Amino acid sequence: MTDQPGWIKLAQGRDGAVLQAGGAWTVEYAADLDRQVDALPKDAGAQALDLGEIEAIDTAGAWLLARATGQGEGQEIPWQNLPSEFQPLAERVLTAGPKVLPDKPRPRTITDWVADVGEGVDEALTETLNLVAFFGEFVLATGRVIANPRRFRWTPFLVHVEQTGINALPIVGLISLLVGVVLAYQGADQLRQFNAMPLTVDLVAISVLREMGILLTAIVIAGRSGSAFTAQIGTMQVSEEVDALRTMGLDPMEVLVIPRVTALIVTLPILTFFADIMGLLGGGVMYVVLSKETFGQYVGRLSDVVTPTMFWVGMVKAPVFATLIALVGCFEGLRVTGSAESVGKMTTRSVVEGIFLVIIFDALFSILFSILSI
Amino acid sequence: MPQRSPNVIEIRGLVTRFGEQVLHDGLDLDIRRGEVIGVVGGSGSGKSVLLRTIIGLNRPAEGDIRVLGQLTRELDDEALRRLQTRWGVLFQNGALFSSLTVAENIQAPMRERGDIPPHLMDELAGLKVKLVGLPVEATAKYPSQLSGGMKKRVGLARALALDAEILFLDEPTAGLDPIGAADFDQLIRSLQQSLGLTVIMITHDLDSLVTICDRIAVLVDKKIKVGTLEELMRDPHPWIQSYFHGPRARAAGIAAD
Repeated sequence: MTDQPGWIKLAQGRDGAVLQAGGAWTVEYAADLDRQVDALPKDAGAQALDLGEIEAIDTAGAWLLARATGQGEGQEIPWQNLPSEFQPLAERVLTAGPKVLPDKPRPRTITDWVADVGEGVDEALTETLNLVAFFGEFVLATGRVIANPRRFRWTPFLVHVEQTGINALPIVGLISLLVGVVLAYQGADQLRQFNAMPLTVDLVAISVLREMGILLTAIVIAGRSGSAFTAQIGTMQVSEEVDALRTMGLDPMEVLVIPRVTALIVTLPILTFFADIMGLLGGGVMYVVLSKETFGQYVGRLSDVVTPTMFWVGMVKAPVFATLIALVGCFEGLRVTGSAESVGKMTTRSVVEGIFLVIIFDALFSILFSILSI
Repeated sequence: MPQRSPNVIEIRGLVTRFGEQVLHDGLDLDIRRGEVIGVVGGSGSGKSVLLRTIIGLNRPAEGDIRVLGQLTRELDDEALRRLQTRWGVLFQNGALFSSLTVAENIQAPMRERGDIPPHLMDELAGLKVKLVGLPVEATAKYPSQLSGGMKKRVGLARALALDAEILFLDEPTAGLDPIGAADFDQLIRSLQQSLGLTVIMITHDLDSLVTICDRIAVLVDKKIKVGTLEELMRDPHPWIQSYFHGPRARAAGIAAD
């Protein structure tokens, strides 16, 4: 741009004070022009605004000039000598203005905060209720499919078994292996002080089989597959695919939800079994390194410690957690509305709720097992 | 100003390729300052790609593109950014940022400049909203609360946030009802005249072509043919003939029965 930066000043003419403006009144110089306009004396009683030396003007500049001359605030200072090529733009801005600011929103008061808390509680309760209702719908739909097994969709079921199960093996295995290593290392370090090194095997076996194997797997799967379910179904919701299904008389519950939930009910126990093995393996490697025993001895100690109950206590949780994760994932996916942003929001929510529910139910299982003295 | 040459955009020998597929083969196009030019062509003829290439989202395989006198492929990042503030783009569905309000959407390009004080940004956002014919109250809304036509208007306001000289529109009237489309056409025309814009619009809307375009650019055979409506209607090319003499053209009042 070769124009002079815009300027405005107050001059004394024959008939009193006159505002003069010139140069380029463009968004390029908006910050500076804004300061100049604000710095003008307020009650100078200028009779007119002389725009004869304006070289360029755009809507931002015209707006600033409108503000300088008090357009729309009663006492308007008339514009003069605006070069004709800039007339249409000035008129356009002046007709669009002057009231361009919406009313300021009311400041928040303590009542608003209280109302927010109430709304939050209300939302959490309805959410829970809706999830329970969704579970009910799922049970009914499952009943329909069991009554008429030909309605079960094998292809998506197998796809989801592959995606949530086989593809998750490496990450689940690695995490379990490392947690086994950490457990054995921490345990051995403490137990050595009591000359009870071999008890490390008990510690590793019990914690991996009863808790760590299933819990870690469930958390990884909630983050990996629960979120994927929400994102997949949510995207379909945004592109109106779910509505398309409904109009064809297809039940989204049957087409989308049941294959995903059943797939996860099948894969999560398998993944848990795999995680158990890898956890015990990791613990074993660390135990062998620290205790100078052989791996054969470790396996021998393991078979003394491990009971079938110990294994089944962990395993029995897997289908329950699978149902929770998959249901929450699908539920939040179907709740997506309108925008792509909503997909992201619901996905975050599904992971948080999935993990939260898994841990709550894990605690419930612990209480149940202690009552049953298992 | 030195770059007040009659052409704001000059394209010479443009070649665009995607793998094996050649979309434009030696395409030339001049766009004059202050005109509204409509770009038409069959589906897949590369209209959107042409637009994306001019605004720098696609790299051309060969050819020169001059925008406002500057050769785009020779510009460094800084110069390109400066040039980008001199054009505005309205994408097909508005491409509004869904996590921002209307006002914040319009202010996004202003914020990028960094030196405009917040109160002035608020005022300017309000002004732009009114310029595109929306009530000031719309500034506080989120894009998901707006209708398709309103989204396009906000998109237009955002494209004009920094008072661009060139306006690129990708199917501005697609998805609007005939009345909304006619209103939008009029809005573009009146903004173009009052703000002195150069408008390049991709369109399938024959009514828009008739009512607001000064010239029409037709993408056929990987090249472009430019002319006024009358000139193009005399062009013997079969695609152009069927385009301007088809039943829809008759409905739009272009061709005589």
